[in-house]
Amino acid sequence: MVEPDHHRFDTRALHAGQRPDPTTGSRAVPIHQTTSYVFDSVDHAAGLFNLEVSGHLYTRISNPTVAVLEERLASLEGGVGAVCTASGQAALHLAAATILSAGDHVVASRNIYGGSHNLLNLTMPRFGITTTFVDPRDPDAFAAAIRPETRLVYAETLGNPGIEVLDVAAIAAVAHDHGLPLAVDSTFATPYLMRPIEHGADIVIHSVTKFLGGHGVAIGGVVVDGGRFDWAADGKFPTLSEPYDGYHGITFTEEFGTAALSMRARAEGLRDFGGCMSPANAFYLLQGVETLPLRMARHVENTHRVVEMLDAHDAVSWISHPSHPSHPDHELAARLYPNGAGAILSFGVHGGREAGRRFIEAVGLASHLANVGDAKTLVIHPGSTTHQQMSNEDLAAAGISEELVRLSVGLEDPDDICDDLSRALRASQKA
Amino acid sequence: MRFQIDGRTVHAATGAVAIDRDGAADLPLVLLVHGAGMDRTVWSQQTRWLAHHDARAVAVDLPGHGGSDGPALGSIADLADWIAAVADELGGPAHLIGHSMGAFIALEAAARHADSVASVVLMGLGAAMPVHPDLQAAADADDPLAADLMAGWMHGPDQKFGFNPTPGMSMMGTSRAVIETSPDGVLSLDLALCAAYDGAGDAANALVCPATLVLGRLDRMTPRRAAQPLVDVLEHATVVELATSGHAPMMEEPDAVRYALAGHLARTLS
Repeated sequence: MVEPDHHRFDTRALHAGQRPDPTTGSRAVPIHQTTSYVFDSVDHAAGLFNLEVSGHLYTRISNPTVAVLEERLASLEGGVGAVCTASGQAALHLAAATILSAGDHVVASRNIYGGSHNLLNLTMPRFGITTTFVDPRDPDAFAAAIRPETRLVYAETLGNPGIEVLDVAAIAAVAHDHGLPLAVDSTFATPYLMRPIEHGADIVIHSVTKFLGGHGVAIGGVVVDGGRFDWAADGKFPTLSEPYDGYHGITFTEEFGTAALSMRARAEGLRDFGGCMSPANAFYLLQGVETLPLRMARHVENTHRVVEMLDAHDAVSWISHPSHPSHPDHELAARLYPNGAGAILSFGVHGGREAGRRFIEAVGLASHLANVGDAKTLVIHPGSTTHQQMSNEDLAAAGISEELVRLSVGLEDPDDICDDLSRALRASQKA
Repeated sequence: MRFQIDGRTVHAATGAVAIDRDGAADLPLVLLVHGAGMDRTVWSQQTRWLAHHDARAVAVDLPGHGGSDGPALGSIADLADWIAAVADELGGPAHLIGHSMGAFIALEAAARHADSVASVVLMGLGAAMPVHPDLQAAADADDPLAADLMAGWMHGPDQKFGFNPTPGMSMMGTSRAVIETSPDGVLSLDLALCAAYDGAGDAANALVCPATLVLGRLDRMTPRRAAQPLVDVLEHATVVELATSGHAPMMEEPDAVRYALAGHLARTLS
């Protein structure tokens, strides 16, 4: 049997979306630091504004440097296209606002990033969009929460901060049985470790800031359009399947078919909400994506070393990482993540909140800050930072205890990471 | 838009411009016909542009494809009769623009139904279209490998890297998704009837309307040399060769294809 004639993943991480610049021969992706683009003619300009022809007209809508990153991420995830945004949060908002209208309802995992929880739980209701949060490990809970006005199912492939492993195929089946799309935030996984579209997800969202960028120098997000969901099947998604006055009555499903979502997200979402990525940030993030396969392999290798060390340490009361046999999703992770279930883990320190605080203050190599997925090892106490807006009840429901410490394992020598954490753990036990 | 042929619903894109709008009756009717396992959206770079440039543009979903009712039809001749009926229903004669299997359909329709066809643009075709047995086997089994193989072969080497004319879109990903989402059995049938069709030479000999051939120099599915017998027969046809296109010029070099279509219509209507 012949093999498909495609470049493989590692090659696409370096090349997808780019050809050497035809004018200058530039091998690296140039930073197109421009707001706008000269039209060939009045007719050309009219065609661009009216979606008759493709091309760049204004950097809020598209930009050649950003387009390389978009196409590269679409290629790595196996989607039809992608739209990059100013941040991961802008990406979630763009996806939601492209699909949903006032009166619509979302069923979401309760174990998601605090910022995403805020958006769905506190902010979107102001615009008439409500969310029911459910246990991501329970497909029946997703099904039970679906109402006639539900239009989206949302979860994270690896939950934050408990690293709950989403059974993407099972939740996609629930969504599809109800005529709904499944959107997943796959920031912690990256397409190197798992590609949700291959398992049935319809939309993949990333904070590109994290492992995809990998160096902690630029904020960005992306919405990847899987292109397999039939938005026109039953009239539930009028933003995509009904004529839109914003472009003289265009119906996105009719004109663009599998690309309807990404075309509307760009043509309306970036035009009207304006949450675009800057070309300079796209350039920085592309440098990270080029080495994604190499970095993720090392992130995972280091994580396994850290889990081993923490497991043996007297000051650690529990560890939550799917590679650890105690994790409830250990077997599922082994099936879905043969190359490892990411480099984020959480653990508890004996002695509760106060011991956790002493641990954080004693780390030296690991940086205490509000980010994950950097090349450097990062540590945070979610209860007082990323998830602080959540009520105690919501915090408990999300599986976040007072002593929980979240660790993002970096690319340093694993012995140095383990030495630093071990030293801080010892300090945490000294009252 | 939706309309009926033989009691079955046909779905088509019109660039969101109604073909029966006031003053449109005298504009040329342009029917865009997709290839095996595809649908109307392969023409998204041309349909809306044509609709806004003095044409009644209709990119159809063939029976059983996209949003059109099935069943899919089982021969190029049946599809040719069907597209001629579409032309008549919509107020033809029509200018038929066909890609790959759609080019066979347009060619056969022009030969069989000269009164219904004003001209043809034939894109990405050879005098014959043999199908790789592994592709046919994968399609017969509704194996996703078929979409992977087709997406890999239908685009030129530049598209393997990307830099899509449409910002942010993956051409390989889009082609794969269109094929993957076609109903089970449709790609298998389409490929089989492409391989079985041996009437291109006779149809070209019988052609009386203006013709343009648009051929990608990097086409691996129907290499440039495979079209030469048709070029030889269609001695009055305009031949447009695109330097960086593979088998899908309307996606790979959309500006050049729009230019070729505009030239073809101008020549035909002058």
